[in-house]
Parts: sequence; structure tokens; C-alpha cells
Amino acid sequence: MTPGAQPGSLLVIVPAFNEQGAIAGVVRAVHQHVPGVPVVVIDDCSGDDTIVTARQAGAQVLALPHHLGLGGCVQAGYKLAYELGFEYVIRVDGDGQHDARDIPRIFDKLKSSGCEMVIGSRFVTDNGSRTGAVRSLGIRFFRLVLRPILGKPVHDPTSGFVGVNRRALSVFSRTFPLEYPEIEALVVLQRRRFRFEEVPCVMLPRTTGRSSITALKSLYYIFHVLMGVFVNVLKFESRLHRRPPGSGTGG
Amino acid sequence: MNHLLDVTTGLSVVLLVIVLISVRRAHIRVEYSISWLIAAGAMLVLSRARPVLDAVRRAIGLPDTPLTLFLLGGGVLLIMFFRFSVIISHLRDDNIALAQRVAILEYHLRGIGNHEKQEA
Repeated sequence: MTPGAQPGSLLVIVPAFNEQGAIAGVVRAVHQHVPGVPVVVIDDCSGDDTIVTARQAGAQVLALPHHLGLGGCVQAGYKLAYELGFEYVIRVDGDGQHDARDIPRIFDKLKSSGCEMVIGSRFVTDNGSRTGAVRSLGIRFFRLVLRPILGKPVHDPTSGFVGVNRRALSVFSRTFPLEYPEIEALVVLQRRRFRFEEVPCVMLPRTTGRSSITALKSLYYIFHVLMGVFVNVLKFESRLHRRPPGSGTGG
Repeated sequence: MNHLLDVTTGLSVVLLVIVLISVRRAHIRVEYSISWLIAAGAMLVLSRARPVLDAVRRAIGLPDTPLTLFLLGGGVLLIMFFRFSVIISHLRDDNIALAQRVAILEYHLRGIGNHEKQEA
């Protein structure tokens, strides 16, 4: 079992769905660049050998009994980290696109800034990796939408390379968007007057598998996320705090 | 007009029978069948009581009776779909929370098992 409840303790969570080909590399890279930090792979009921491969690579595995989607999968990791008493959690995607060399910088920023969330961003500087045209357009669109809501610019709102502290963990373990959670999660934090920072990161090209967001899904993605953003903006604080712990997914 | 009302009566009776059979076979839980029974009953009454339907038409201010019947039927269906969407949303939230809880408990159990193995 993964120990927690120590001051400054960090847990790396890796949501994964059918990532048998990439997961071992991700786990080993994390162990290499942040030695001693526990890694929990949250398996979203994969049909392949993701669980076995992750365990062989040295990760703990939180195996979901059925497929929940990315939001439910990440939230399960947040719930576990919160229950185990971890101070900080950094999420690294299981497809190998996030460079584990950036984890220490995200962790340092979390500790030094005191802000609730740190986002590993491709676009803070020009040396981040390029994205496809459609995704790039979507990111620009959501930057414009989020700017007045968040009160500050966010360069890479769709990045899943995210670190949170215990205050954010407490919120996310109770309420977290179910599908396409990255953008909505920012609004959830803003409603609590929490702060976020971005640190420049390099995103690597996918080595195996395919992205879950296809061209056809893009329109649904934009509509769904816009709805989620505005629903979260309209939510009353009192209602948000009234839900009992562990009862909500918020999506 | 009379033919339309007869068809509506027939459909309402069919719906009532289907819902009752489904409840008897436990395909639908009683609490979820009530709204369907009320909707089918209401359509049955309206299609057989022309004066009531005319009174509703005048109250709403619609030009003709068939339109009133379809509007009422459509409105009832929309309300029921909305109600079931709310129920499904609650069930999905509960289902996700349960799945996460099961996974976390299994994680702890596995940890306890490993710990015991190491001690043995």
C-alpha cells in the first residue's frame, strides 16, 4: 500500500485506458525522474494487459470495475490520494505524451507558489510541441472563453499534465467533471477563488494507441465543454458545499 | 377528428397494457411505471371525453382540437423524458461513486494482503 500523510508528500497518478504499449515506459520514466515518489496507475477497465504491465513496471494499480471515462478515472485517483493523506498530486497521462522530466518543475512550482493548481503548458514558451490544426483552433477558442471567467490568461487549458495541492484535492475528490475534465476543472477551481500557474513543458508525440478525441468528436467536445463551463459558472457556492463527501462527480 | 381520437384511445390502452405487463414481469419498477400510467390514463380520458378536450383547447387558446391533443401528448412526453434524465443522472453519479469506492477498497485490500504476505 502506498504511504502518505507526510508533509510535502507527492503522489503521481496515471489515468490509463488500453495503454499496455506505453504504460511501462511512463511508470519507469516517472520513477527515474522523481525517485521514491509512489506512482498509482488508475486503470479505467482496460481490455488489454495495462494492469499487469503497470504492476511489472513498479506501479501500484487502482483498477476500476467498469469504464468511467477520463473524469471519473482521474477523480478516483484524487479520492485515493486524498484518503491516503497526500499533500500534492501530479497527473501524468498514460499514453507517454507527458515528459516525466517536467514533473520536478511542476512539483517545485506547486510548493513555492502555494497555488492550488499548476498546469504543464505547451504554450508558455515557444519550445512546446506543436498540436494539430483542429486542436490548436479549439485551444485558442477556449483561451478566449476562459480569459474573462478566470480573470487571467491560460495558455494551455486542455493540458492534462496537472499538479494540485491538498486544497484542490479536497474539492476534486468531491466534485470533478466527468468527460473532458481539464477545462471545466479550471472553472471549478475559480469558483472557489483558487489560483493556478502554468509552467512550460514539452509534450511528446504519442508512441502507441490513438487519441480519444477524433475529428468527429470535436464538435461534441466543444459543445459539451462550453455547457460544463457555463453550468459551473452559474453554480451557487452554497449548493456546491452542501453535497456530502464522496457523493458527487459534478459532470 | 373522431378517427384521431379513436387512434389515441387505442394507443393509450396499448400503452397501459404494456406498462402493466412490464411491471408484472418486473421489467419496470413500480415507482417508474407510475408516470407512464398517469400519462396513458390522461390521454385515454382526454380522447374519450370530447368536452374536456374542448375545454382544454379553449383554455390554452388553440384553434383546433387535434392540435391540442398532440400538444398535450408531446408536453407529457417531454416532461417524462426530463424526469427520466434527472433519474438517470442521479443513478450515473451514484454508479460512478460506487465504482470508485469499490476500486479504492480493492486497492486497500490488496495492500493489506501484500502486507500480510510480507509479515508471514
